[in-house]
Amino acid sequence: MLVTNIPGHDRVGEFMSDQLESVEDFRIRARAWLSENMPKLDPAKEYNTNRVADREWVEHRALQKKLFAGGFAGICFPKEYGGQGLSPAHQAAFTEESVSYEMPLRLNVPSLSICSGMLLDMGSEEQKQTYLRGAISGEMILCQFLSEPSGGSDLAGLLTRAQRDGDTYIINGQKCWSTFAYAADFATCLVRTDWDAPKHRGLSMIIVPVHDDATHLQRVRMVDGSEEFCEEFFTDLVVPAGNLVGTENDGWTVGQRQLFYERQAVGGGSPYVSGQPPTRGGSSATVEEVARAVGKDKDPATREIVGWQSALDTVNHQLIKRITVGMASGEYPAMASSMMRLAHAEIPQHKMDVMLDIAGDEAVTSVVGGDGYLRSVGVQFLMRQGASLGGGSSEMSRNMISERVLMMPREMAADRDVPFREVRRGR
Amino acid sequence: MDLELSEDQKLFRNTTAKFLDNELPVEKVRAINKEGGGFPAEFWTQGAELGWAALLVPEELGGGSISGNGFQDLAIVAEEFGRLVSPGPLLPVNTVIAGLVEGAAIGGPDHTETIEGLMSGELIGTWAAYEPKGHWDPLNPSTTATKNGDNYVITGVKDRVEAGDAAGVFLVTAKTASGVALFLVPADAAGVSVELVDSLDFVRHHATVTFSDVTVSADAMVGTESATADIVERMLQVVVALQCAEMNGAINRVFEFTVQWAFDRYSFGRPLASYQALKHRFSDMRTWIECCNATADEAVKAVNNRAENSARLVSVAKAYIGTKSVQIIQDCVQMHGGLGVTWEHDCHLYLRRATTDRQLFGTPADHKRRIADLIGL
Ligand SMILES: Cc1cc2nc3c(=O)[nH]c(=O)nc-3n(C[C@H](O)[C@H](O)[C@H](O)COP(=O)(O)OP(=O)(O)OC[C@H]3O[C@@H](n4cnc5c(N)ncnc54)[C@H](O)[C@@H]3O)c2cc1C
Repeated sequence: MLVTNIPGHDRVGEFMSDQLESVEDFRIRARAWLSENMPKLDPAKEYNTNRVADREWVEHRALQKKLFAGGFAGICFPKEYGGQGLSPAHQAAFTEESVSYEMPLRLNVPSLSICSGMLLDMGSEEQKQTYLRGAISGEMILCQFLSEPSGGSDLAGLLTRAQRDGDTYIINGQKCWSTFAYAADFATCLVRTDWDAPKHRGLSMIIVPVHDDATHLQRVRMVDGSEEFCEEFFTDLVVPAGNLVGTENDGWTVGQRQLFYERQAVGGGSPYVSGQPPTRGGSSATVEEVARAVGKDKDPATREIVGWQSALDTVNHQLIKRITVGMASGEYPAMASSMMRLAHAEIPQHKMDVMLDIAGDEAVTSVVGGDGYLRSVGVQFLMRQGASLGGGSSEMSRNMISERVLMMPREMAADRDVPFREVRRGR
Repeated sequence: MDLELSEDQKLFRNTTAKFLDNELPVEKVRAINKEGGGFPAEFWTQGAELGWAALLVPEELGGGSISGNGFQDLAIVAEEFGRLVSPGPLLPVNTVIAGLVEGAAIGGPDHTETIEGLMSGELIGTWAAYEPKGHWDPLNPSTTATKNGDNYVITGVKDRVEAGDAAGVFLVTAKTASGVALFLVPADAAGVSVELVDSLDFVRHHATVTFSDVTVSADAMVGTESATADIVERMLQVVVALQCAEMNGAINRVFEFTVQWAFDRYSFGRPLASYQALKHRFSDMRTWIECCNATADEAVKAVNNRAENSARLVSVAKAYIGTKSVQIIQDCVQMHGGLGVTWEHDCHLYLRRATTDRQLFGTPADHKRRIADLIGL
């Protein structure tokens, strides 16, 4: 599948248009606007910690509304849905300019980069005016209801069902591992609408409210103590039929589009992400900071390790840039984003390992209530595998690269062309 | 494999690849190895006619490139060299040229004639930077250059000098009374002796070169003493970025024929390419190769544009590609089974080239530490 076949690709041409404001003019305008409107990062405040404070959601919604009012929200989204219709280069410039300001970072993934990206390509005009505009303007936060207890990798094998009833769908079932759902308003929910069709052909994507009397939402505690995950139980949840994205039973096409944006976002290459986490403090301590904190910064062996991690981080960025170029020009298939996704698991995991090694015996204890680099190194390490699971596992990326980039034979699938109700399931 | 090459550059890549494929396909490289290695002189002069030694030379000295991005074009040639493990002094000649051009820009003695000779392919030049038992430390030579009237007397031993046997001129780093300087020393000067050593590379020669009281005039200096570190830095970036391009060409080629092999080779009634355990290894390799391509391109661009961060980007590329290239080739050997470790199979030709590039002009470990310096740790 070449990028030229995927909806939304024609927007690349739009980015090339020379009628756009030049990136440099835009940068100057953004700089001035940021300094007048956005709050400066406060050195006394801890940002980007493992635990998302509830107040952040309130703050970030307000920040997004500010961006929107100032004409700097959704830089790469089309104007008709509240975006700015500019290019990834404009977005990159804005992110560079915004580093010393508070930004609505929590809205980047999944709301803007994944759910909104999918809606732009697959949503009806009305859905775009409501949900896409809602997300860009800061009125709404979107999340993903994909994974289920029965399996996330084999997403098309999901069991949550929706039944058409007049002008509505009635949904029953269970979703899990939904990031930030507790703070979201709506979710893009993949459900089964036909049990007699083979698994990929009986799915539908429906936009559902997150908070509803028919939905029991529960936060799930993670190994680092945070509660970003949620699980949801639907009992006769009723949603308007107009919330169906695409057509009934064609949900896999829609879902794949969403997964594309997910790989892009989780791989670090989304054009819809604005701003970047503050580089100091919290869970984003750099390897250099850790080396200094434990007094190993002059040790040649440590310097070699730090230099290597720095090289890897640079290569990760270079890879994202290259694959983005390759996909935009049509030279690479959309599945090439799986390489980005794989590298974005392996390289950060290497970094966690390196940090743990450098922090040494100081990584496992800390003053009660204390914080700072060394404490976060140990805690972060506990969540190490999250990097190769969230947004599709590394193993699934490897399947994808070998089968869709290298065109190697597909894995045997026992459920191919079998009516879904006859497919064998685990316990 | 830059994804953003201009049309000129794509054409240049095609003609270079075609030329190499016609003149020196891998079977010919094997024949050269059988005869003791090195490179056919006429091959190099033909290459020079195609511009392989002119790309870093400014136009006013008769050089230049069609694309206007001479170093990028040169990296294209290096990559094609890697794809066919080509012989020939592409790296040493261009590194010396980079040094001479830098020296001239700084206002050192005139070396136009040498540059012209190198450009024509008739003269071979090489950088004599390593010293026996020494690690990569070009600004700390024990070879000395002692002032004697209008002359310098050079004494010392250099080793791991690529194409030392074919060179007509050596660019020598030597300690002076007040610092370090670079000198052009003709191979036929009295007191110069060259001894070939065994090289891991399939065809490239390396030599130990001894300078026993070799007298050169003060005009043999390249650039000025105070600019030596800058010139050496430029040469280092040039040679390392070319090594990266070459290693990259090698791994891309090895991966291509290994993927093909995985489709063709059957085991238990199905192709190797159908086993998930192997598919996953291929996916890893494919991803790391993509990373190598990305970082090599960025390093090459940075050197071409003399970007502010070129030193760091070159070291990033060398650390990364130096580390990954040989791992990838070894993994490709594994995919070939026993065949992969035979002389008969081409894998080792590439492994030899990549390993040689990996080890010289700073190992990955050296470059990792250099990055730590450059990021201010
Ligand atoms: C930080 C984080 C955030 C997440 N956010 C969301 C979210 O917002 N919304 C949402 O819906 N989900 C989310 N998820 C869930 C995530 O998408 C799934 O965890 C993931 O797809 C794996 O599915 P699973 O957990 O069911 O594991 P399984 O699919 O059961 O896989 C178990 C193991 O088997 C491997 N495996 C499975 N099938 C194959 C195969 N065919 N070949 C080789 N190996 C295989 C997997 O790689 C994995 O290692 C998130 C997960 C994490 C860690």
